[in-house]
Amino acid sequence: MDNLVRILGTDLGRMLAGLIGVIALVSVNALFLIWMERKVAAHMQLRPGPMEVGWHGAIQTIADALKLMGKELITPAEVDRSVYLLAPIVVFLPVLLSFLVIPFSQTLVIRDMNVGVLLILAFAALTVLAILMAGWASNNKYAVFGSIRSVAQNVAYEIPLLITVMSPILMVGSYRLTDIVAAQEKFWFIVSQPLAFILYITCATAETNRAPFDLPEAESELVAGFHTEYSGMRFGLFFLAEYTNMFIVAALATIFFLGGWRGPVLPGWVWFLLKVYAIIFLIMWFRWTFPRVRFDQLITFAWKILIPLAFANLLLTALVMKLM
Amino acid sequence: METKTGEPLIKIGLLEEALNLARANSLWPMTFGLACCAIEMMAAGAARFDLDRFGAGVFRPSPRQSDLMIVAGTISKKMAPAVVRLWEQMPAPKWVIAMGNCAISGGPFYYPTQYAIVPGADLIIPVDVYVPGCPPRPEGLIEGILHLEEKITKRGRLRKFRDVK
Repeated sequence: MDNLVRILGTDLGRMLAGLIGVIALVSVNALFLIWMERKVAAHMQLRPGPMEVGWHGAIQTIADALKLMGKELITPAEVDRSVYLLAPIVVFLPVLLSFLVIPFSQTLVIRDMNVGVLLILAFAALTVLAILMAGWASNNKYAVFGSIRSVAQNVAYEIPLLITVMSPILMVGSYRLTDIVAAQEKFWFIVSQPLAFILYITCATAETNRAPFDLPEAESELVAGFHTEYSGMRFGLFFLAEYTNMFIVAALATIFFLGGWRGPVLPGWVWFLLKVYAIIFLIMWFRWTFPRVRFDQLITFAWKILIPLAFANLLLTALVMKLM
Repeated sequence: METKTGEPLIKIGLLEEALNLARANSLWPMTFGLACCAIEMMAAGAARFDLDRFGAGVFRPSPRQSDLMIVAGTISKKMAPAVVRLWEQMPAPKWVIAMGNCAISGGPFYYPTQYAIVPGADLIIPVDVYVPGCPPRPEGLIEGILHLEEKITKRGRLRKFRDVK
């Protein structure tokens, strides 16, 4: 026991424990989120959703995962082999790394870096590369179209996202995520930055490629988008990355605007997870309520509305901070 | 073609059974319809009948990610190569349901001098379950999928299916 504590006390031990914890969290989170998505979708369409596999379909996702692992892995003849095989790993790794700096409670954070926000946003940008790799290497016109759209969309929406996030950072004066939560002791930033919250949620929905901004996967036009040619667990990794990405953007929204782990009675990490899943429910609600936007509308919305609004919000915040 | 769907080289007993149970409970059909039977297939996936109850409601648009091909409608001779190609693009293990009389035997469009219709999906791809009707009602398709689940697990009807209407 003593030895275990000593090992966990070292930096390496802390990283190892963190890694195991993160992998467990990522898999359980994905299993739960996919079930939740299907249930939310079903109830919004007045149907029960998965019912027969486990209690209210509770182990439906486990059956899906097992099945995906047992499927044949097809590598089509004309693909760019190395890039094709690398893409599912490249899409998954940065997502895993982002958990490094997310504070689940005051003490439950693997590494409390002073550049936490930048780290997460930089890793989020890597996802675009993986999508481009997947689409290009597949040697399939639908996959290429899907990845082109995805890259255009992600690049366009990353700019307002970054600018929006700058306003709460300006109020705190630190990139450290724990500092940002600590600064929300009196009130949550959603009170002082309501516009930033709305902008952030909009951009986050687009960043995670979800409806109404799910053009990269628009099935009526593009089959399955950039992962058209991936089968079995390779496709499963894209799925896993998508749902983990959702968790990360929701966690960032919680940290920036909803006071992170702060809340009465319950322990910090419970509050944190509650808020994260509330945000994820909101994003799912969008998906099953709004129709898909057209591509030109999507880009116009980003460049002509979101970016000016984000800049205005940033300037206003800077002005108020200066006057106060 | 037979090498992919035939007997496995190594039998792994319990794991195989667990995998079969998982496969039976997560049959993702392909978003693919040929004629009017597809309308009934959509109805089976929609609110009133809800295929998703059995885990079979995830209609995947790409053949690479689907397990089940529901041949819903008349296969014309021009369409036949596309059907075969889609079946070939699906990763093993894969299953086929022939839905409706046209997919079973050509239905009302088959007569001695006709030149346009493939009389039966089983002439071009291996079919696991036949669902008769013109078109079959969504309950029929659900019954067919439950039969396929029995076929995959090689057990009797599981308890959960007994009172499914």
